Amino acid sequence: MNAIRKAFVTLALFACALTAGTAGAETLINGAGATFPYPIYSKWFSEYAKIHPDVKFNYQSIGSGGGIKQITAQTVDFGASDKPLSDAELKAAPGQLLHIPTVMGAVVVTYNLPGVGKGLKLTAETLTDIYMGTITKWNDPRLVKDNPGVKLPASPIVVVHRTDGSGTTAIFTSYLNSVSPAWKSKVGTGTSVSWPVGLGGKGNEGVAGQIKTTANSIGYVELAYAFENKLPYASLKNKDGHFVEPSIASTSAAAAGAAKHMPADYRTLLVNQPGKNAYPIAGFTYLLVYSHQKDAAKGKQLVDFLKWELHKGQKMAPALLYAPLPANVVKMVEKTINSIKY
Amino acid sequence: MIFSPPRWNIRHGLNGDFIFKSITVLFAFSILGILLLMTVEMYQQSLPSLLKTGWAFITGREWDAVNGDFGALPYIHGSVVSSILSLALATPLSIATALFITEVANRKAGSVIAALVELLAAIPSVIYGLWGILVMAPWLQRTVEPFLNDHLGFLPFFSGPPYGVSMLAAVLILMIMIVPIITSITKEVLLAVPDSQREAAIALGATRWEMIRMAVIPYGRSGILGAVILGLGRAIGETMAVTMVIGNTPKISWSLLDPAYTMPSVIANEFAEASSQLHGAALMEIGLILLVITLIINFMARLLLWSMTRSTGGGA
Repeated sequence: MNAIRKAFVTLALFACALTAGTAGAETLINGAGATFPYPIYSKWFSEYAKIHPDVKFNYQSIGSGGGIKQITAQTVDFGASDKPLSDAELKAAPGQLLHIPTVMGAVVVTYNLPGVGKGLKLTAETLTDIYMGTITKWNDPRLVKDNPGVKLPASPIVVVHRTDGSGTTAIFTSYLNSVSPAWKSKVGTGTSVSWPVGLGGKGNEGVAGQIKTTANSIGYVELAYAFENKLPYASLKNKDGHFVEPSIASTSAAAAGAAKHMPADYRTLLVNQPGKNAYPIAGFTYLLVYSHQKDAAKGKQLVDFLKWELHKGQKMAPALLYAPLPANVVKMVEKTINSIKY
Repeated sequence: MIFSPPRWNIRHGLNGDFIFKSITVLFAFSILGILLLMTVEMYQQSLPSLLKTGWAFITGREWDAVNGDFGALPYIHGSVVSSILSLALATPLSIATALFITEVANRKAGSVIAALVELLAAIPSVIYGLWGILVMAPWLQRTVEPFLNDHLGFLPFFSGPPYGVSMLAAVLILMIMIVPIITSITKEVLLAVPDSQREAAIALGATRWEMIRMAVIPYGRSGILGAVILGLGRAIGETMAVTMVIGNTPKISWSLLDPAYTMPSVIANEFAEASSQLHGAALMEIGLILLVITLIINFMARLLLWSMTRSTGGGA
């Protein structure tokens, strides 16, 4: 009996040593941040792993606020955020942080109204008032006026927003800021704001889940989440006065103007852009990497991945309803990636 | 020879007894030490917020990360109300279940039910949260809350539009989660009541219920109180299940149908990306308040237990 037990233990230890040995051969690159681009990032990581099985990416979608915090604390190799960092946040980082725009996405207003399908029309004023708590019922006269022929129920509106520090919130509130002086003075913009009304969900996933299970609710999520969960989304009135549906075309239209005047560090917002087909709540999403990578091996793997996603990865974006970067931005980003030292 | 002295020859010095005693004393004091270190660390981390807001933190109602304005009253209210209500609902249910298992059911049925109740305690709280948000909250929004609105809507406790996720949902989920704890411990306490007490009551002509009321429950009173306090401890600290079904809205409201926010929920939701040092310190301060509330509850329970056992002179 004793000899059998000894043999078993030796075999088990040997097996552990073997697997530990093989596990050490691949590089693990950790990242954390925005839930906004999580669908496309997870697709990229799985596709990249097929071509480069020696690199493994581990991404935690904890929200843009969390991504900024973790990359500043250097607990991860790269961060991800939809909100560009402020000057103060850049100064707080121990090293120069680069913004690498990856794709563009749209923040859509999604809802759960039994009997009402896609394409509810909302203007900047009605959307702001719903989130301020001024419009409380679905059959408010202003909503009925904008949506002739749609049967809106007499139920109270259940507003849903984010509880965590979110770049999606930053993009959404910066839109409300730009169209409503009342919102700007009362609430303001940021990754976390003090919402006048509404329930909170954690992450884009939490908000989408909350809307899916709660009748008469309305909330804001990234386009991919509404699409994948088969939730309807609203058409918003843009700056030029047209009701635009969120799509790749309208997101790209929003970026067309901004792309011409893209700042060198890519820190810009795409809300309320002019253009007939421009969707009013769009944004870039960024990967945050240090310009000087401490770990040479990891740095090289990271730069190779960035180059791959800039060219090959962009082609996978439309299937998940993210807009690929405009051509002139791609050229600028290529130069930035080449400047990363490791 | 040095490590196994003969029983009649206990020596001082580095022998087995001394080592055993020192190790156990070390472990016991290390637990106290950990608690002390936790409290000190949390106090230090929350100093920026303590110094800025002072006592107004406990009475403040605004939680504004953008402007640096933090007040914890909605969270304290949410935690205290959800825990006390769920305890009030769970305690009679648990004691009745434990009484059923020990006094009414035959041995086999009793042990089956006891095993099933303990199974409830083993389910991870995230599963409760998922079930709550996918099954219970929509059911509440569609069926229960409109019913309460129609029939009891004149009371401030059941007024307001039905959201599904609400204080009511949190109370129900917490009730389901603490019933197994209180039931298991109460069952053990009741089983520990000596049969002589039961037989004495029956010999005096008591019915079964009178026997339970006169002999069993008073004997096990302190143990049952201990079980209830443990249940309360779990209810106050429960994070994930409550976060998913309470609606995460920092507003104080009389109505059970309105969403609310608890202290563990706000820490879980906001700590990972607290946007400024003051924000992080404010969340630490909420954690400190939670720790202090838990200590106060446990202390009061001990006090109550001590006064009860002193007067009756019996029981576990």
